[in-house]
Amino acid sequence: MANQVQYIFDQENLRKSAPQKFKSEDLKREEMIINIGPQHPSTHGVLRLEVLAKGEEVIEVVPHLGYLHRCFEKHAEKLPYNQIIPFVDRMDYLAAMNTEHAYAMGVERMLGIDKIIPKRVEYIRVLVAELNRLASHFIALGSYGMDIGAVTAFFWMTRDREHIVRLLEWASGARMLYNYIWVGGLFYDLPVGFEERCLEFTTYLKPKIKELERVVIDNKIFIDRTANVGVLPVDLAINYGITGPMLRGSGLKYDLRKVDGYSVYPEIDFDIPVGKGEAGTLGDCWDRTWVRVQECYESVKIIEQCLEKLTGEHKRTRDFDPRALAPKKIRPKAQDFYIRAENPKGETGFFFRADGRSDVPFRCKARGASFVNLSIINELAKGGLISDLIAVIGSIDIVLGEVDR
Amino acid sequence: MNFEQIVAHIKASLGEEIIISTDENASPKAININDENLVEVMDFLQKDNQLYFDSLSCITGLDNGPESNTMEMIYNLYSIPFDHHLMVKVELPREKPAIDSLCGLWKTADWQEREVYDMFGIHINNHPDLRRILMPADWDGFPLRKDYQEQEYYRGIKVEY
Repeated sequence: MANQVQYIFDQENLRKSAPQKFKSEDLKREEMIINIGPQHPSTHGVLRLEVLAKGEEVIEVVPHLGYLHRCFEKHAEKLPYNQIIPFVDRMDYLAAMNTEHAYAMGVERMLGIDKIIPKRVEYIRVLVAELNRLASHFIALGSYGMDIGAVTAFFWMTRDREHIVRLLEWASGARMLYNYIWVGGLFYDLPVGFEERCLEFTTYLKPKIKELERVVIDNKIFIDRTANVGVLPVDLAINYGITGPMLRGSGLKYDLRKVDGYSVYPEIDFDIPVGKGEAGTLGDCWDRTWVRVQECYESVKIIEQCLEKLTGEHKRTRDFDPRALAPKKIRPKAQDFYIRAENPKGETGFFFRADGRSDVPFRCKARGASFVNLSIINELAKGGLISDLIAVIGSIDIVLGEVDR
Repeated sequence: MNFEQIVAHIKASLGEEIIISTDENASPKAININDENLVEVMDFLQKDNQLYFDSLSCITGLDNGPESNTMEMIYNLYSIPFDHHLMVKVELPREKPAIDSLCGLWKTADWQEREVYDMFGIHINNHPDLRRILMPADWDGFPLRKDYQEQEYYRGIKVEY
């Protein structure tokens, strides 16, 4: 085994497997092809961009995907519904709870048990999902700051995210890939003392978000780099299927937590921040970032309301079993089903076809928000400078696990 | 508009026979149409004043396996202003499956159709840039087909382990 040839190297390999769109023979005067990634910190993972540039000006961007492709959908065709959840985690690995929530909700609705899930379970789900949303936005904001030269924010954000990750580790046993939300319930109830510690954390966190706002998004250098860059008009955004903070940054008040009103979100009071174009044009990179920061405040609000319910109306009881409703055998009746939910990045959807005869889905398709959001990159970056291209990638907030699935 | 009204409206505008059948068991409820009518129906659904399906959420390819010898394309539409959903299903033959592109209507169809082509080998007619998107360009076969066999070696790397 050790002496076996493990990879047959050939200079032509890359040209064959990922052919470039542009050829150097066809370039006009002063044009050049620049390859960014797949190993480049500002592409937020293994994304490769082929950029046709004229001097500093970007003419066209061609993304090459698939470096993290694991064919989740093929795995899902072989596994029972409950065993797919760990695979779902690995799609958007920065917001695993949110994706799990969407997936579990879909399967429950197919089984027809979504109405009888205990309120305490639903509130815990929303609580952990919002904690994870905060963690995801912290990475988005921190790494965005670092992309364009503000290194402080990244350290601050990882410091605060660490608290969230530890809280979630306390609840589920894992730092990033939780398998905590199960079909029909939860892995465990919250650990004793979690609610109190979580409340301490929100008190600690609120001034920190304010601090972030002052050091990053109100910073003159940051505004110079992001205002009027990568302007996305709302009609183009809808045509490209853009969702999440990107669409809200363009000024449309559209959030699936309000629109579909799933789980216990209708019982919770929160606002949907939309971009107003305060620093430059409506729908620029600054607006998208601003929406993310405001959403952090809203998430904290949701968390506080969940904690109030979880310590009051739906407080911990000795005989509460979060797995009581989890079905032993998950066999939905034959149907096609599409479920969607609001992820930190946008609309995460799952399409299921159940054949009614087996415990494995006949087809399970995942609609990744990052995948769809990334498809607009050429539209946003062309005509700008190469440094603006970096600002655009960061403002889209992609996770390559979800782009390539 | 509920599902019955949407179906009645489509039939009134494009003819009775344009919808082959409906699937009320699906969620959101679905209509089945012929592949040659796809662009006509979708154009109507997107532009009509009462329907206005402005967002194409998801395109799914599906292989029913060699026994039934069919493939399917499933489109999930959503109208942001009117808040109604619709699923549109198209059945295709398994030999040389091909379907018209929707890139002219929704730009989001571009990558999603490329993914369907990559995974199922369903050819997309009139697509501006039909290349494989997730798999390497020189990969053999289409992974999500039910009868897919992995190639044994890829550049000396054993594929199945």
